[in-house]
Amino acid sequence: MIRPFGFNDIILIAEAIRWTLALSAIAFAGGAVGGLLIALARTSDTRWLRTASMLFIRLFQGTPLLMQLFLVFFGMNIFGLPINPWLAASLALTLHASAFLGEIWRGCIEAVPLGQREAATALGLHYYDRMTSVILPQAARISVAPTVGFLVQLIKGTSLASIIGFTELTRTGQIVNNATFSPFQVFGTVAVFYFILCWPLSLTARRMEIRFSRATTR
Amino acid sequence: MTTATAPETSIVMQDINKWYGAYHALRNVNLNVRRGERIVICGPSGSGKSTLIRTINQLEPIQEGKIVVDGIELTAGGHNVDEVRRDVGMVFQQFNLFPHLTILQNCMLAPLKVRKIPKAEAEATARKFLTRVRIPEQADKYPAQLSGGQQQRVAIARALCMQPRIMLFDEPTSALDPEMVKEVLDTMVDLAKEGMTMLCVTHEMGFARAVADRVIFMDQGQIIEEGSPEAFFGNPQNERTRAFLKQIH
Repeated sequence: MIRPFGFNDIILIAEAIRWTLALSAIAFAGGAVGGLLIALARTSDTRWLRTASMLFIRLFQGTPLLMQLFLVFFGMNIFGLPINPWLAASLALTLHASAFLGEIWRGCIEAVPLGQREAATALGLHYYDRMTSVILPQAARISVAPTVGFLVQLIKGTSLASIIGFTELTRTGQIVNNATFSPFQVFGTVAVFYFILCWPLSLTARRMEIRFSRATTR
Repeated sequence: MTTATAPETSIVMQDINKWYGAYHALRNVNLNVRRGERIVICGPSGSGKSTLIRTINQLEPIQEGKIVVDGIELTAGGHNVDEVRRDVGMVFQQFNLFPHLTILQNCMLAPLKVRKIPKAEAEATARKFLTRVRIPEQADKYPAQLSGGQQQRVAIARALCMQPRIMLFDEPTSALDPEMVKEVLDTMVDLAKEGMTMLCVTHEMGFARAVADRVIFMDQGQIIEEGSPEAFFGNPQNERTRAFLKQIH
């Protein structure tokens, strides 16, 4: 039975924004922890840590996000875990975000002048204090703009989780479309919602980038 | 004011060899520094003079030889390096102040984290040394708000807050505008008068004449010549030393 696309459908799609936001938040929080570890491993003095983290990054940068979702989703089944779109999507996107944030933050850590590390070392500060008190606070300032930029990518990336049956914004759009068969209106609405989520973030990222480049050329 | 005690050894460097890949940066360097001695190291760029003082607190590891600082032998990978770094302050050409911290916080960080002294005491020490380098009123500013000369004096105060027994200066005035060189050199002369053991890589020959007990000339990773400032400037023995002195005068 085909019903016309109406206001109730828009409400239904709007309500699914929370699942897109929830998945984005989980992936971003998990990715922040994983990304920090990856970035620290990439910049460590220990060779095998550098190599292992580099392979991790290359693996996730060199394969489509959709394949990563498939592999985690079906891989969990092989290892005897129940099929759970929530868990699979969260895990796959967390790994994905860890790799990308790890690479972004590695660059930010390396952008802190070497003299900062030398001065901290000469003062007798050990790795932990050197990182937490000297290097990371400076790297964090540089990282804000590219991190927000990646968050936009991540929010859009969660739409792929619809394919493994995770009911977020895009999947809700598919469901509504199956009932109304008005694909242009339905996915147009979905796209508008993504835009409303992402555009302010993109603006913020650009503004921060400009402010940062001003601060560094001063 | 030099101490009246018998010449006590502060730093011993024995047969130091260092390579950067295939490049032989330090060749069989031997150097003994007495406590309270002020040494100026000069030489053309790439001669290894910065590398030499950076091996003392292990910012640069060495491949061969032995370094003993205040009776503590630096062995590769050992924990001795921590003790040595607590005792050895360093001032860099580019100041390397921490830009995200205020002047006061710059001076308090290492005493708090490394010496683990109470905050009030760290602050009192920091203010004392900022007064000594004559910029107590800048304590709450950030490094970028200060002139180069002021920043370098903060860097000296920051190192002194760790109460080091030895101070290393790696071309401390080379990045400064000419009018700011004097204020930094004056601070260093004050420090020398207080009996601090100092090793200073610099081309400020006026400073060398005024405070150095010994001037060392390096070229191609080797110590070519050393002597008192009078002998070094008045009657240099080596051809390369003479050529160098002619260039910088």
